[in-house]
Amino acid sequence: MSGLEVLGLSLLAGVILLGALGTVISKDLVRAVLWLALTLVATAGIYLKLLAGFLAGTQVLLYAGGVITLAIFAVMLSQRVEGAGVRQESRGLVVGALAAIAVGGVLVAGILAAPLAAAAAVPPPSVTDLAASFMGEFLLPFEVLSVLLVAVMVAAITIARRTDP
Amino acid sequence: MSDVQACLLLAAAMFSIGVYGVLTRRNAIGILLAVELMANAVNINLVAFGRLHGGPTGQIFALFAIALTVAEVALGLALVLLLARTQRTADVDEARLLRG
Repeated sequence: MSGLEVLGLSLLAGVILLGALGTVISKDLVRAVLWLALTLVATAGIYLKLLAGFLAGTQVLLYAGGVITLAIFAVMLSQRVEGAGVRQESRGLVVGALAAIAVGGVLVAGILAAPLAAAAAVPPPSVTDLAASFMGEFLLPFEVLSVLLVAVMVAAITIARRTDP
Repeated sequence: MSDVQACLLLAAAMFSIGVYGVLTRRNAIGILLAVELMANAVNINLVAFGRLHGGPTGQIFALFAIALTVAEVALGLALVLLLARTQRTADVDEARLLRG
């Protein structure tokens, strides 16, 4: 990697980790959602760095667009919003930190021990390649996914519907 | 260090932060947000390995994972709304309707 690439990747990684920490530490639930939005948008930058442009677009549309909007609505509908923000508490900070460090340690040790080659020299897949894969090799899971999405939509409406008259 | 390895390390850090959030948050929405972080880290891994091997399969898997995560969040938030309406709280420690 050239110096400029290292700098860009480090900046993106810094923003992502800052946003992730903000998401899990912030006392205000609405702020936590916004920190998550920052993380998700920066992740789209990582996808661009890995030459996955279509995925970066999907990430911004679905995650930063859809999920964040849903989460904000859920916060507003489920909490008593009073004054400045929506407070929330955490518990078991020490145990949680120890577990997270243990998980991260195992992951990092595994990554550092793995014999990873440099990225393949082949050109990245174009959107046409992705579409051909969806309509060819992965057609069955693609169709099953559409059935699942319908089921989830009906289920979400049924669960969240107001039943009292 | 190759950029693939850097991305894997970044994803590992992100996943660990997500684990911390899932374990420490008490609000159900907070837990869902932390689960989002973990799913996002997994997606970064998928794309990074796709870049390592070439070919579209890694990105296809990541796209499937994104669709599934969005479905999961929609369902999870609906459950949180139901919980908030029936129990007047979104605190997972206070939701013990099924505890004997």
